[in-house]
Amino acid sequence: MDGPLALETNGLTKVYGSGHTEVVAMRDATMRVRRGEVVALLGPSGAGKSTFLLCVGLINPPTRGRVSIGGRLMQDGPRSLGDLRRFRRENIGFVFQKSNLIPFLNAVDNVQIVGELIGRPASQARRRAMELLDELGVGPRARNMPTQLSGGEQQRVTIARALANQPSLILADEPTAALDGVRGRQVMELFRNVAHDRGTGVIVVTHDHRALDVFDTVYEMEDGSLRPASRPETSAVGE
Amino acid sequence: MNLAVRDIRHSLGRFTLTTIGVGMLLMVVMGMGGIYRGLVDDALVVTRGVGADLWVVQHDTRGPFAEVSRLPRSLVDRVATVPGVQEAREFVFHTIQREHRGKPLRMGILGLGWPIDKGQGLPLIAGRPLAQNHFEMIADESLGLAIGEKISLGKETYTVVGITRWLVTSGGDGIACFTSRDAQAIQFDEPGESVRLERQARRGRAGEIDFGRTQPSVLERASSVSGNIAALPGPAISAVIARLAPGADANEVQTLMGGWSDVTTYTQAQQEELLLKGSVDRARRQILLFRVLLTVISAVIMALIIYTLTLDKLHPIALLKLIGAPNRTIVGLILQQSLIMGVLAFGVGYIIGLRLFPMFPRRVLVTNDDLIRVAGIVVVISVFASLLGIWKAMRVAPNEAIG
Ligand SMILES: Nc1ncnc2c1ncn2[C@@H]1O[C@H](COP(=O)(O)OP(=O)(O)OP(=O)(O)O)[C@@H](O)[C@H]1O
Ligand SMILES: [Mg+2]
Repeated sequence: MDGPLALETNGLTKVYGSGHTEVVAMRDATMRVRRGEVVALLGPSGAGKSTFLLCVGLINPPTRGRVSIGGRLMQDGPRSLGDLRRFRRENIGFVFQKSNLIPFLNAVDNVQIVGELIGRPASQARRRAMELLDELGVGPRARNMPTQLSGGEQQRVTIARALANQPSLILADEPTAALDGVRGRQVMELFRNVAHDRGTGVIVVTHDHRALDVFDTVYEMEDGSLRPASRPETSAVGE
Repeated sequence: MNLAVRDIRHSLGRFTLTTIGVGMLLMVVMGMGGIYRGLVDDALVVTRGVGADLWVVQHDTRGPFAEVSRLPRSLVDRVATVPGVQEAREFVFHTIQREHRGKPLRMGILGLGWPIDKGQGLPLIAGRPLAQNHFEMIADESLGLAIGEKISLGKETYTVVGITRWLVTSGGDGIACFTSRDAQAIQFDEPGESVRLERQARRGRAGEIDFGRTQPSVLERASSVSGNIAALPGPAISAVIARLAPGADANEVQTLMGGWSDVTTYTQAQQEELLLKGSVDRARRQILLFRVLLTVISAVIMALIIYTLTLDKLHPIALLKLIGAPNRTIVGLILQQSLIMGVLAFGVGYIIGLRLFPMFPRRVLVTNDDLIRVAGIVVVISVFASLLGIWKAMRVAPNEAIG
């Protein structure tokens, strides 16, 4: 169980607000994700799962603790918002519950733009975007606008976008919540294949316990505390 | 990939309508400038058209355009003898309002110094200059008269032989050109009854003095045409215009005539300045202020439009930040949209203006210089207008894309 780490967090803590409105959303979260590992993150609503992803994704700074991505410590020295954004576009892919496509770009443009943002020439970024859409089975829909795609298709385009910068880490927050069971499982399998084939670390927040067998590791979060969970087959999580 | 263009294509209908709206606003900005230019140009067209170097007017008046100036016809000969003057002509100019075909017809009457000036220097678009020293006229097209049309003014009937374009008074009325004799006849036309009364009064006055009682021929003379009475002056002219001999200095000639206590002289440049400072100045400043106001309003409206367009895009903008797009990309998106809208609106305004302005009752003169200036203003407005939107976009946090 070793190999280069995609992500390592140490004692991540996030406190929202102050005084009597203070909420400790996450407490001492520590996690290691190897390259090529798919991690599921379970937990009841309000447990702090999204908070964890936002800190790891360099969107919200943690109150305390450390994040290293691809072996690079993120809290090392002063980092401007611009630096964080550049790191994000070069190393992290995001997938969220609701489809998060840019509404005025068609499917292939939504993927292509990520390539262009990291400095690839437009033609190369487009070729790569088409390849990804084909791989994810939405190639024929490449020229459709987001509103002309079904929920599952939108989610697959979003995954293609998350892959377009060849990230070392993919963060997915309830990516299958809007999908039916079969489609949801397909998406989860897609994440596993991506992780295994490309050596990307993937963290997926999910409520769907039926697909847990897809994951290499399962973490559970409750009241802001993160801990590894037992394998899904053996746990008697009833729903 | 150009995000600004993609977004515009996505909401093309709304963008087009807004652009047309802004375009019309810019058209008004252009039009205001055009009205101003037209006003200045109209004011100067007559003074420039007659080809004068010096204007001799009634003492202490501001010339025939600003106020009434009356001079005896004999002054023409006096001016002609001044060293440095090559040629002197009478200038007759006044405005009348008569009825023609049942409608009020207001026009400027310009007397040409026949036989030197037959109107060959006028901006003719049809017909010919005057060919005889009576009963012919050249009319501006804005008067709505056709070649060959006859119009009666005073006791005579005049035939239109030529049509000019943009020959108008500073008040915007079309100008009709006659020989100066005809022009005076129109100006000093008196009804027969008033002539009869005047002669009777004259005879009465003559009969009361010794001279009249002892000299019967005086009574007889008093009842005849006033032009035959040496003691009564002929009808006045408005000004004398002089053309200088080659090499003569206008200021020197002006100084020579400076000693004449019955007249004031102006060079052509002074005359133009009098016109602009005098009759057109208020209108000019009024339009200028209006134009500034409109420019500011256009800027504010455009800023609000760009701001609303940006508000509609806050979610995609947050998303762009989330996937790591630099601020440059986001600023570019908003700024480019603003500039595209500004440039297209300028084009729309120009094209609509091109169709619309010729239908205006007065001239709207849009010069290339003015167009370039408006284009510059549009670029500045567009940049300024995008600032509000950019400010809003910069404040969006990437996590607003989620949830
Ligand atoms: N911006 C914020 N300000 C204040 N409190 C916040 C903020 N964001 C989240 N919280 C609080 O932090 C806690 C954890 O929220 P979080 O969104 O991480 O939960 P979650 O596990 O993702 O829940 P869910 O499954 O419903 O998405 C919650 O109690 C929430 O109210
Ligand atoms: Mg959540």
